[in-house]
Amino acid sequence: MSPLLEARHVSKSFGGVQALKEVSLTIGAGEIYGLIGPNGAGKTTFFNVLTGLYPRFAGEVRFAGEALDLGSPHRVAQAGIARTFQNIRLFGNMTARENVMVGRHPRTRANVVGAVLRSRATRDEEAAIRRRADELLRYVGIAHHADAIARHLPYGDQRRLEIARALATEPKLLALDEPAAGMNATETEALKALIEGLRADGLTVLLIEHDVKLVMGLCDRVAVLDYGEKIAEDVPAVVRKDAKVIEAYLGG
Amino acid sequence: MDIFLQQLINGLTLGSIYALVALGYTMVYGILGLINFAHGEVVMIGALSSLTFVRLLENSGLPGTLVLLIGLLLAALVCMTLGFAIERVAYRPLRSAPRLAPLITAIGVSIVLQQLAMLIWGRGYHSVPALLPAGRHEFLGASFTNVQVVIVVVAALTMVGLTLLVNRTRLGRAMRATAENPAIAGLMGVDADRIISLTFVIGSALAALAGVLVSANYGIAHYHMGFILGLKAFTAAVLGGIGNLAGAMVGGVLLGVIEALGAGYIGDLTGGVLGSHYQDVFAFFVLIVVLVFRPSGLMGEKVAERA
Repeated sequence: MSPLLEARHVSKSFGGVQALKEVSLTIGAGEIYGLIGPNGAGKTTFFNVLTGLYPRFAGEVRFAGEALDLGSPHRVAQAGIARTFQNIRLFGNMTARENVMVGRHPRTRANVVGAVLRSRATRDEEAAIRRRADELLRYVGIAHHADAIARHLPYGDQRRLEIARALATEPKLLALDEPAAGMNATETEALKALIEGLRADGLTVLLIEHDVKLVMGLCDRVAVLDYGEKIAEDVPAVVRKDAKVIEAYLGG
Repeated sequence: MDIFLQQLINGLTLGSIYALVALGYTMVYGILGLINFAHGEVVMIGALSSLTFVRLLENSGLPGTLVLLIGLLLAALVCMTLGFAIERVAYRPLRSAPRLAPLITAIGVSIVLQQLAMLIWGRGYHSVPALLPAGRHEFLGASFTNVQVVIVVVAALTMVGLTLLVNRTRLGRAMRATAENPAIAGLMGVDADRIISLTFVIGSALAALAGVLVSANYGIAHYHMGFILGLKAFTAAVLGGIGNLAGAMVGGVLLGVIEALGAGYIGDLTGGVLGSHYQDVFAFFVLIVVLVFRPSGLMGEKVAERA
C-alpha cells in the first residue's frame, strides 16, 4: 500500500505546553486509520496542524508524495484534505445545500467577471455545483433538509452535513474528529456504514474517536497518543493488548 | 402635501446614495468586524477623480453621457485600487491586533486621504458639469430631475446586482462563509485573504459610484465631502443593522427620507426657530436613538447571532 500521508516528527507547543512531541505516522492510501487517546492527548491538535489551522509547528508532512504546504487552510483543502470538527462548525446562517456548495469552492473556478456577466460557463458551473451538492446531501441521507438553515438541523444531521460539506471538496483524505460523539447506537451504526462506503469509494479516512468499539471494528490500523506522544501504532487487535495503551487509555 | 411628496423624492435620491455607501461599511464589517472609517474618503476620491477624468474628456466631442460613464469607470478603477491598498497597508497587518488598533489606523487613513486630496485638488469647491441631458418632470405638484431618476435607478440596479452576487454565486457564498468563519471557510478551500481584498474592492467600486452620483446631484465636489457623507452612511448601516446587506439598503433609503422630511418640516415644527440647514441633526439623532434602543439595527438579528 503506497503511503498517502506521512507526518514526520510533528511537534507543536502552546506557550510552555508541548501538545505534540515528535509525532510521526504514515497513513496508506485507502486505509481507515484511527487516532485515539485520552482527552488532551493531542489528537485534535494533530488535526489542526494537518489542516493548516496552526501554521507554526515543527516537523514535516508529506501528502500524496509531495511536501504539504500547511501555511493556510485553503491550500490544504486544495491539496485534498478535508475534515469535520468535534464541535460542529457549520456555516450556521446558510442552508444545508449552501454549506455543501461552499465545499465545492476548491474544485470550481467562476470569478467575479464571470459572475457579473453571467457567462454561459459560469451558469453551467453553478448548476453543476448545485447538482453535486444535492447528490452529496442524498449520499449522507439528508436530502430532505437541503433548504433548511444549517443551525436548525437536528444534531445528528448537522454531523452528516459536515461530512457532506467535507466530501464536496473532493478530498483524498477525510479527517473525522469524533464523528460519533453524541450519537445513539443506531446513528453510530449508520455512521459506520457511511465510513465503510466512503472507503469503498476509494477515500482514505483518518478518524479520531472515543467509541473504542467503533474504532476497533472499523479501522485497519490505530495510533495511540498520550501526552502528545505516539505510544503505539498497529492493527486494532495488537493495540488493544498493548500494556502502555491499556494503562494510558483503555484501562484494565 | 406638496412639500411632503417633494421631500420624499429628495429623500429617496439622497437615501439611494447613502445606501450605496452604507453597503461598503456593512460588507467590510460583516467579514472583518471592522468599521472602515476611511470609506467616506474613498467616496470623495471617487467624486474628485471622476471630475478630473471628465474635465480631460470634456472637449473631446464625445456625448456627455458617455463622458460621464468613462469618468465613472476610471474613477471606479482608482477607488478599487485604493480600497485594495487600504486593506493591505492599514488593516491586514493588524488582523490579529486588538480591535481598537485598526479603528485608529482607519481614522489615520481617512486623514491621510483627505490631506492628499487637498494637495491634489486644492481646498476649493469644484463645480461638476452637468453631463446628463437636463430635464425636469412634474408629478402631483412635486418635481424631480433626470439626475435624480438616474441616481435612484442606478443605485437600485446596483443593489439588485450585489444581492444576486452575494446570494447566488460561488464568490458570494465564499464571502458569506468567510463572514461566518474565516478559518472554516479556509478549510473549504476559500482563500480568506482574497475574499477580504475582493470585499474592499467591491465596496470601493460602490463608493466611486456613490461619489459620482452625489456630486452630480449637488453639482459640487470638494476634498472634505467624504467626511459627513461617510458618517451618515455609517449611521444608515447601523440603522439597518451593520453587517446586513439588506439592512444597509433599507437603512440608507430610510435615513435619506427621514433627513429630507425632517429638513422640510423642522421650520414648521419649531415655529421657524430652526431651519432646514439643521438637516444633519436628524441623521445623528437617528444614530443616537438606534444605538440606545436597538443597537443591532432594524434587521440586525443575524449579526447578533453571529457574534
